[in-house]
Amino acid sequence: MLRIPCPYCGVRDESEFTFGGPAHVTRPLPESDDATWTSYLFARRNPAGVHLERWSHAFGCGVWFNIARDTCTHDILKVYATGEPTPPEFGNRG
Amino acid sequence: MQRYSALKLAGLALRGNHGWQPAWRDAEPKSTYDVLVIGGGGHGLATAYYLARKHGVRNVAVLERGAIGLGNSGRNTQVVRSNYFYPASCAFYDHSLKLYEGLSSELNFNVMLSQRGVLNLAHSEHDLEMQRRWCNAIRMSAVDSEMLSPAEIQKLVPPLSFRGRHPILGGFIQRRAGICRHDAVVWGYARAASALGVDIIQNCEVLGFQIEGDRLHGVRTNRGTISANRAVMSVAGYSSQLAGLAGLPLQITTMALQAMVTEPIKPVLDTMVISSLVHAYVSQSDRGEIVIGGGADAYNSYAQRGGLPLQRSVIGAVVELFPSFSRLRLMRQWAGRVDITPDTSPIMGLTPIEGLFINCGWGTGGFKAIPAGGDTMADTVATGKPHPLIAGFDMKRFQTGALIDEGAAAGVAH
Repeated sequence: MLRIPCPYCGVRDESEFTFGGPAHVTRPLPESDDATWTSYLFARRNPAGVHLERWSHAFGCGVWFNIARDTCTHDILKVYATGEPTPPEFGNRG
Repeated sequence: MQRYSALKLAGLALRGNHGWQPAWRDAEPKSTYDVLVIGGGGHGLATAYYLARKHGVRNVAVLERGAIGLGNSGRNTQVVRSNYFYPASCAFYDHSLKLYEGLSSELNFNVMLSQRGVLNLAHSEHDLEMQRRWCNAIRMSAVDSEMLSPAEIQKLVPPLSFRGRHPILGGFIQRRAGICRHDAVVWGYARAASALGVDIIQNCEVLGFQIEGDRLHGVRTNRGTISANRAVMSVAGYSSQLAGLAGLPLQITTMALQAMVTEPIKPVLDTMVISSLVHAYVSQSDRGEIVIGGGADAYNSYAQRGGLPLQRSVIGAVVELFPSFSRLRLMRQWAGRVDITPDTSPIMGLTPIEGLFINCGWGTGGFKAIPAGGDTMADTVATGKPHPLIAGFDMKRFQTGALIDEGAAAGVAH
C-alpha cells in the first residue's frame, strides 16, 4: 500500500489516487517527423529507480500533481506541483 | 543425459536413489560463443534448446544474472491457452500450445500439462455479445473455442455461484487450454539444452555490450568479457535496462502483477475460470492450492511485490464467484515484474544493431508463449530473418502503426 502525500489533503492511502503515467512528457509540434511522434506516443524511460510521475487525488480533492518515486523500493522522494520543472536533484529523468 | 522413465525410476529407487545425476550442467563461461542468450528464464532456455536441436548451433551460452527460472518463469500462474483475438496472435499462441502438447515427450521431462479448459465468464448481454464475436474470431483462426450456456457452466464448474453481484449469462471455453507446471518447463528445457552442449551460466550479469558501428561483437559481464556475433535479449522484467545498455529505447512499462495461493484442499475445481469484468482468474493446482490472480498494479514497479488494494479487490471478486472459498486461508502471495507494451503484444525479432535480437514485452502472458517464443527466436537468430509467425511483432510496428492490440484478450486488466 502506497501512502501518498497529497499537497492539499495530506497523507492518504493509494486507493484514493489515480496514476497518470510519466510526468514531463512534452507533446511534439505537428510538423515533427515520425520518429519523434513514435517516441512521444510509445517509448517509455521505464527506470528501475527514481521515476517522475503524475498522480491525481481522484477520490479526494481531485488535484493533479507530480511525485518522484523509487520504482524498486516504492519510496516517495518528492511531491511537487504540475507545471514545475524537473527537480534538479533528479536531473534529466522525466 | 540420463533418460527418465518408469523403469529408471523403479530401478534407481531399488538402489536407494543413489544413481541420480544432476539434470543439467552448471557451466563456466568460455571466452567465445556463436550465440549468447541473455536471460535464463523459459524463453531464453527454450531459444537455446531450439538453436541446438533444430539449427545445429550448439556453441551457445545462456547467461543468467541469478539462478535460472527465478523470475517470471517461476512466478506466473501456469496458464497455457491460445484464445487470442487477432490472426497473428492466434497463430503464434496456437503454435505454442501445440508445442506444449508434445513437450513432455520431446524433452523427456514431465511438464504436467493438464488441458482442463479455460473458461471466460460473461456477466452481461454486452459481455456475451463481445464473447460471441471473440469466440468466432478464434474459430476463424482455426483454434478451438465454444460458447457455453449458464446450465453448461454450472455443470462444468459446480462451486461457481450464479447468485453473486454480477450474474453469469454464459461464457466461452477453450478446451485444449489449461495449466502446465512452470518449474518443470524451465528445468526440462535447461536439461535438454545442456544435453545438446549449451552452457548454462548462472550468476553472470551482462553489464554492457561491445558494439562497433552497428554490429555486435560481444558482451561485458561481471565474469569477464564474452565474444559473440549474435545475442538474444530475453530478460522479462529487466528489458528496458538491458536494451538501454545497447542504446535502444523500448515501448515498455514495467509493473507488478501479483498472484496468490490458498492452503491446499481436496479437488474442487478442474477448470480454469476467468472473469474479465471482476478482474480475477482461478484454478486449482495439482497440489490442491487454489491459485488466484487478477489485474496488475496501476503504477510502474520493479519491486516484485504486489499492493494491498489490488489484492483485496481480486480476493473480493473470487469470493463473490466462489463463496465456498471464503473460509480458505491464503498461504503465499507474490508478484512478478511484467513488461507491458502499448498494445499488450510482445516485441520480438531484429533490432537496429546487427547481431542483436530481442524477445520481450510479454506483459502478463509470457509463460504460455515459451515454446513458440524459443522456437521462433531460434529460427530468427539462425536465419537472420524474422520467423513468419513473429514478423508482425517487430518493434517497427510502433512507427508504422500496425499494432496488434490484444488488450482485451490478455485476460488481465492493466
